[in-house]
Amino acid sequence: MKDWELALWVFMLAAFLGFELIRRVSPLLHTPLMSLTNAISAIAVVGAILITGAKDASPLTRTLGFVAVVASTTNLVSGYLITDRMLKMFKKRAPENK
Amino acid sequence: MQTLLPILYLLAAAGFILAIKWMNSPVTARRGVVAGEIGMLLAVVGTLLRFEVVSYEWIFIAFFIGSAIGVPIAYYMPMTAVPQRTAFSHACGALASALIGTAEYYRQLPHGVVMVALVMETLLGYLTFTASLMAFGKLQEILPTRPLTYPGQNIVNLGIFSLAVAAGVALIFAPEQTWLFPIFTLLALVFGVLLIVPIGGADMPTVIALLNSYAGLSASAMGFALDNKLLIVAGALDGSSGFILAVIMCRAMNRSFSNVLFGAFGTIQKSAKETTERPVRSASPEEAAEILDSSRSVVIVPGYGMAVAQAQHKLRELSDLLTKRGIEVRFAIHPVAGRMPGHMNVLLAEANVPYDQLVEMDDINSEFPRTDVALVIGANDVVNPAARLDKSSPIAGMPILNVYEAHTVMVIKRSMSPGFAGIDNDLYYMSKTLMLFGDAKSFVTNIVKELNAAVPVSA
Repeated sequence: MKDWELALWVFMLAAFLGFELIRRVSPLLHTPLMSLTNAISAIAVVGAILITGAKDASPLTRTLGFVAVVASTTNLVSGYLITDRMLKMFKKRAPENK
Repeated sequence: MQTLLPILYLLAAAGFILAIKWMNSPVTARRGVVAGEIGMLLAVVGTLLRFEVVSYEWIFIAFFIGSAIGVPIAYYMPMTAVPQRTAFSHACGALASALIGTAEYYRQLPHGVVMVALVMETLLGYLTFTASLMAFGKLQEILPTRPLTYPGQNIVNLGIFSLAVAAGVALIFAPEQTWLFPIFTLLALVFGVLLIVPIGGADMPTVIALLNSYAGLSASAMGFALDNKLLIVAGALDGSSGFILAVIMCRAMNRSFSNVLFGAFGTIQKSAKETTERPVRSASPEEAAEILDSSRSVVIVPGYGMAVAQAQHKLRELSDLLTKRGIEVRFAIHPVAGRMPGHMNVLLAEANVPYDQLVEMDDINSEFPRTDVALVIGANDVVNPAARLDKSSPIAGMPILNVYEAHTVMVIKRSMSPGFAGIDNDLYYMSKTLMLFGDAKSFVTNIVKELNAAVPVSA
């Protein structure tokens, strides 16, 4: 099997898995879900590191990669922290509160 | 050591999957964040250790700058700014993936499948970047929030998009034509701007979700270009998440599926018809407090107006006061209330409203006939009975909260101006409806004062 063929299989299965998982997320948490998936999409940092740190990086590709690492790190850090900050606020009714 | 690194990627992907899985309940959601963080840590470490990565100084400087921007945003941003932050974050994600695609293009001028993936990655990346910045500008109200439309807009937009796609296809067949790449980039950037120009505030939940999806798909395309399965999986999860949310938002506004796919093109913007003067009943805070005090069950329906007026904290005080008097208080949440999916829930949670008091539309609708008072605060179209009863209405068929079935309806509103859809709301003219004119926050504050003055509760 060719690389890209295998990659398509992975994509297809991951997309369906995504559908099934997201369908089960309570609408209550749609906002934190979105900021969590934002943080996950900061996985672009992997590609950015490879470009920036490559041996054969030209000034152009290194600059582009550098900006990309900055952008995805911003996403990564703020994404996870904000998601957690939001989720901390979701509390059940205190039982003695009556 | 190098042979072990793919295992780190595999574990990272598992972490992301668990992260989303655990988001299905508020009880496990924070555990999900930890799983996601571990996944990301493994992915970053696994990448830094790869033999292809030889120079580290720029990477660590970039880590430092990114954290210096990200941490303050995360800790100091007010919760009302969550929609803007989300749009900004889509912009960052999309920019990163577009730049990586660009760098990869100039590095190796790839052919075949890799070039196809690169073109998709950069096209989606650049257009999502500018579109998200536009959405950010509109949400932050730097840009006019009104939708801007002009004749032939769809043709212009489609034309630019087709040109961008054509340039992309040409590049796939002839990657050596490097002069074409900046043109391709520019077209994608311009298209992103034009895409958001006709979008109004109430369409934002759909658009934000859609941009989320595009950013994810762009990351996934990067995975194809770099032959990295982790990127493919993470991008696909993100892409499907945004897509599903966009579809949910669309259903909640009764807009078509193709409308979602093409980025909410051509939203019908009906201008307000001349409204006939009809009598309404209005009430003062004292009267409102009295009615609330003598009721047994109250459903509060918040909308974007609540967010604008920052009334959520006062609303929670009101809810606590009423609860102490033995009155059942619940909040009815329409899926598109606010500016992004789940917006109201976060604001109310921030104001310490317990989440079991927040009820979704489908679960609360059957309860309205048994509800004494429905208090609508800053919501309009989502409670307009015309959607259910008037087949000729522009919002006919849109799922609404059946507020009109409650025994008494109270609507806090600044004036009688129509909502986003530009149509009159019959709810306001019903004999059981009381209009409470004023700013949402100060009106609720006054109701709370009256309730406290009437019968002080010994807490």
